[in-house]
Amino acid sequence: MISFEDVTVSYPDTTRPAISNVSFEIGEGELALVIGPTGAGKSTLLKCVNGLVPHFTGGRLAGRVMVADRDTRTSPPRELADVVGYVGQDPLAGFVTDTVEDELAYGMESLGVAPGVMRRRVEETLDLLGIPDLRARHLLTLSAGEQQRVAIGSVLTVHPKILVLDEPTSALDPPAADDVLAALTRLVHDLGMTVMLSEHRLERVVQHADRVVLVHATGVTVGAPADVLIDSPVTPPVVDLGRLAGWSPLPLSIRDARRAATALREELLPLAVPARGSSAGPDTVAQVRALVVAYDGVPALRGVDLAVHRGEIVAVMGRNGAGKSTLLASLAGLRKPMSGTVSATERVGLVPQEPGDLLWAQRVAEECRDSDRDAKVVAGTTRALLADLAPDVFDEQHPRDLSEGQRLSLVLAVILAAGPGLLALDEPTRGLDYPTKQRLIAILKRLARDGHGVLIATHDVELVAEIADRLVVLAEGEIVNEGPAREVAVSSPIFAPQVAKVLSPLPFLTVRDVETALVTRP
Amino acid sequence: MMTSTRLPRMLHPGAWWLWATALAVAASRTTNPLLLAAIVAITGYVVAARRPATPWSASYSMFLKIGLLAIAIRVALFALLGGEPGTHILMRLPIVPLPSWMAGVRLGGPISLEGVLAAAYDGMRLGVIFCCIGAANALTSPRRLLKSLPGALYEAGVAVTVALAFAPQAVAAVGRLRSARRLRGRHDRGLRRIRGLAIPVLEGALERSVDLAAAMDARGFGRRGTTPAATRRATATLTLGGLLAMVASSYGLIDRGAPGIIGVPLLVAGAAMTAAGFALGARRGGRTRYRPDPWRLAEWMVVATGLAAAVAVLVGPAGALSPSTLPLVAPSLPLGATLGLVVALTPAWIAPPLPRAKPIVMRPDSPVPAREHVGVAS
Repeated sequence: MISFEDVTVSYPDTTRPAISNVSFEIGEGELALVIGPTGAGKSTLLKCVNGLVPHFTGGRLAGRVMVADRDTRTSPPRELADVVGYVGQDPLAGFVTDTVEDELAYGMESLGVAPGVMRRRVEETLDLLGIPDLRARHLLTLSAGEQQRVAIGSVLTVHPKILVLDEPTSALDPPAADDVLAALTRLVHDLGMTVMLSEHRLERVVQHADRVVLVHATGVTVGAPADVLIDSPVTPPVVDLGRLAGWSPLPLSIRDARRAATALREELLPLAVPARGSSAGPDTVAQVRALVVAYDGVPALRGVDLAVHRGEIVAVMGRNGAGKSTLLASLAGLRKPMSGTVSATERVGLVPQEPGDLLWAQRVAEECRDSDRDAKVVAGTTRALLADLAPDVFDEQHPRDLSEGQRLSLVLAVILAAGPGLLALDEPTRGLDYPTKQRLIAILKRLARDGHGVLIATHDVELVAEIADRLVVLAEGEIVNEGPAREVAVSSPIFAPQVAKVLSPLPFLTVRDVETALVTRP
Repeated sequence: MMTSTRLPRMLHPGAWWLWATALAVAASRTTNPLLLAAIVAITGYVVAARRPATPWSASYSMFLKIGLLAIAIRVALFALLGGEPGTHILMRLPIVPLPSWMAGVRLGGPISLEGVLAAAYDGMRLGVIFCCIGAANALTSPRRLLKSLPGALYEAGVAVTVALAFAPQAVAAVGRLRSARRLRGRHDRGLRRIRGLAIPVLEGALERSVDLAAAMDARGFGRRGTTPAATRRATATLTLGGLLAMVASSYGLIDRGAPGIIGVPLLVAGAAMTAAGFALGARRGGRTRYRPDPWRLAEWMVVATGLAAAVAVLVGPAGALSPSTLPLVAPSLPLGATLGLVVALTPAWIAPPLPRAKPIVMRPDSPVPAREHVGVAS
């Protein structure tokens, strides 16, 4: 169905090609997962499938990409629209119309589908994705998960043979991501559609994949998921655990891993869970009491009490719209409380959901200089912090050209320059690959050891398992669960990380916990 | 047939626009305050009866305020600059001496009732035209009008649709960037602040439009049609030429001093050219339309009532249409024009009722017990 024949894509003014020597074939009805570190060229590879590379993006494509017996060199994206449905990273950026129904029909209108057929397919697609109630809604009023499903529906209505999705679940909370993935597996199983998608959080998708395409600098490795993941640089925790325990075949799902883990659980049973070295002190850095915040009369927070201590890392979880971002914004002084108090003994630094919003200079060096001036600190402070956080960022680079991880480091440096006592981060691991996430975890742990309080709003249960001392769960603007991260995470089926699910009822949260325990074994 | 026109649905946006345009044309040909007030009442009543619950439906009151402002400005300008003589002097402003080269202009001086009324009538005419535009805006959303554009104007319609989507997103981006600046502890003022906000917002808009272009390309926008280039060119020439001719003719229709050829004959010629262009454009294959707004009996009737009102006013006696202010005469209400305007009120009933959100009805055999019972039981 899709075949890449020795494909190399290079853009002008770059030293190395975006992808090089890529050869593989994807058969009909397969679900192929494209993985690789950030910047490896996953998006470029996906854009080759419908001809956006090179027809839209420019650059040079050597080799040949065949899609449903059509050559993408001679067929531009619009001529491939009837066989390939492409959903980009940000569904909102790809919407052409303003209501759900019109959006679903747009592609069919362009292809000249007969009106009666259009009407029927819109109804079928609404049912297939479980969104018939949304038909008349304005696209801007939908939640992120609903938007993503509408974006998928809008390309499904033309009945393509192939569906290409670039990180379809990266912005979604776990239940919404499950909805989207369930819809995708249904398309593969019931309709025989060929699906190709890229994803950072492998733990969600890898068990659904028939084939994994690992993109690296010199080409690709293609094969069955278990074979490719055994020595991949990016792996979900369940695979890490399997590699640690030496299980073969490598389990990809919790179910398979639990079956393989019987012996490991017995071995771990007498061992103590390694104590998490928490640096939490007695002093409070920031505190909210009975905090109520409302937007246009609609309450987002209804009487929240929370204190963050020096050296403590607190995670806030909860579904989209539960009030996490509002809590962080109130602490940073961006939202006026309707009632209740916000008190901070020291400055609060907030890294917002779109860290790029904080950057507006044309070069990294300028950004650092501006930051020193804004924070009224000695010249060079921000640059020194940045060199410490991300040694691979250079003065002459444009902030927009940095990778997600580098840009986050730059924003962290800018925020830290002002010397905040509390560092608040809103969804910091969105779009980060596993190695970058590990670097962020190390940085945050060090900041906590140095006496900063850290507050993280996140959907990422694995991040919480690795880092949080305390976990707070918000629902409908109220705290519904609060306690030591280990206890809250193990007791909840939704917030439990993969390792905890595999080893339940043992309270191990991360592969590192298991590794440490095994080393201390008598 | 009659039943299908009465089912709740939205009237075709083109019908509302034609109806409102006809009333605007009627307003443009009279300065009779009674007739103009009748037109305002008609548009107001129909809007109240048939406006959908959309963000645009509030626009009528905004246009009404603009209309009142037009009257106020017109009267204030007259009072300052003077103009028509009259015998009923209301008050005298001190005359400001002006240099000799501005001999024709007078600043200050006596203000006559005759002059104030003439200015008010004239301002009212403009204000009522604003009201008619506001009514059309409130009764249909601009997006739905764009959706029903003829195929020949499809590309232009898409461009406007995309531009309309830009505004709310830019507003959201400005909000986000302003809080981002506060997070960095920056408090710029004036030009620096505008520059700091404008550049990222425009950069974001540019990025978004590139993304959108990619998405539209990937979804088949601009697929090669089967139309030969000559036909495409003919379509563009006819449509554009016809529309320009119609714009020019509207000048002739409003200004009675213009040469007669610019009025009705040019309008007819322009309409014919545009229709030919649209017909050619519609033959262009490759695109279809999802659930287009139907044009049924109700649409014809609404347009007909608007036209009837316009014709009734246009053929009315010249004396009644432009009541004299020198000498001062109380305006009269010409019977024919009034009856014609009353016809234009009927769309408040002729137009099909608006669709409402489905009410949640609990069927008597529903297995779910009513809420009160649960409360009592527990």
